[in-house]
Amino acid sequence: MQIEGSCPRTQRELIELEFIEHRTKILDIAAFLDRFDRSIEHNANDDFRIKAFREALAALNSSEFGRVERIQMLLSDLSSELRAERDGQSAYGAAKESEQ
Amino acid sequence: MMNYIDLHAHMVSRTTDDYHAMALTGCVAVTEPAFWAGYDRVSASAFADYFKHLTEFEPQRAAKYGIQHYTWLCLNPKEGEDRALAREVLAIIPQFLERPNVLGIGEIGLNRVTRNELATFIDHVELALEHNQLIHIHTPHLEDKYKGTKAIVETLASNSRIDPSRVLVDHVEEHTIRMVLEHGFWAGLTLYPMTKVSPSRAIDMLEMYGTERLCVASACDWGPSQPLAIPNCMFEMRRRGHSQQWIHEVVYANPSRFLSQNPKFRLAPLEQALVG
Repeated sequence: MQIEGSCPRTQRELIELEFIEHRTKILDIAAFLDRFDRSIEHNANDDFRIKAFREALAALNSSEFGRVERIQMLLSDLSSELRAERDGQSAYGAAKESEQ
Repeated sequence: MMNYIDLHAHMVSRTTDDYHAMALTGCVAVTEPAFWAGYDRVSASAFADYFKHLTEFEPQRAAKYGIQHYTWLCLNPKEGEDRALAREVLAIIPQFLERPNVLGIGEIGLNRVTRNELATFIDHVELALEHNQLIHIHTPHLEDKYKGTKAIVETLASNSRIDPSRVLVDHVEEHTIRMVLEHGFWAGLTLYPMTKVSPSRAIDMLEMYGTERLCVASACDWGPSQPLAIPNCMFEMRRRGHSQQWIHEVVYANPSRFLSQNPKFRLAPLEQALVG
């Protein structure tokens, strides 16, 4: 895997091309968290998905390369055991604590 | 306009307008893996009807727009839990394998990563080996992606009869791409608005891992997805500063290399494709 110099755009070009798009995305995340705080009922502060989300945000703030892969792993089921049977058709987006 | 191949598109769930738009943006061929219908089918005869649709009606619909339609057959991982049904479906697949647009077995793999799903996956792999078929693999969604991809790669790597160059492992992401490429498999990046990878992230991975054995596809289906995901990604590649040759490798030459391992895959000149 090549990291150094693998993106053909300069940092200045990336800012010109993509800053506004990602500014919008970070404001959307902030607004989601504010909305969560304003909720009519605070009944999911310990939900496994929001806990994983907050861990992912902390990892996002790292200055070390490899943020996407680390966040992917934070949002993954890292157990190796196969489920005994299917519990539904859809995944949740983060691993339940019992499965980590 | 540059031609492209969409290696993963569930066209039975798309409108004819989508074929038109894909043709206008340079799509010359699609390959359609067998898919989940949105509910669990209850009999092998329902699959026989589906395989007939994939091998008879859909290629005709695509040909009207100059798009060559190929397909992959299987019982999808979302239905792999039902072992009795899986055995019945596996028994009828061989009668369809000689049809002119069938390229192999797929998309097989895992969904919720259960014991039964893995057993059904292994049965499909054996069927592919028995009939010398290419294999197209689905890897699970979201939190199941890493665990399921690891189980699939380990299962295949332990089988000495598997030639990894004849297997494409699809839906790779940042945390699974390395293990797939390091084992010699082809890898697919599927461009989905939310649950898979965005064009920007797909291009990031292509830049870091190189273009060898990597393809992009729309995986468009009846969910939130984009039949024009590949031309959108091509636009993003240009915006990122990549050459026409680099883009051609990813969207046309690579899928053509993988698929041409089945001699039935032949790209016809457009004027021939339009008359079917």
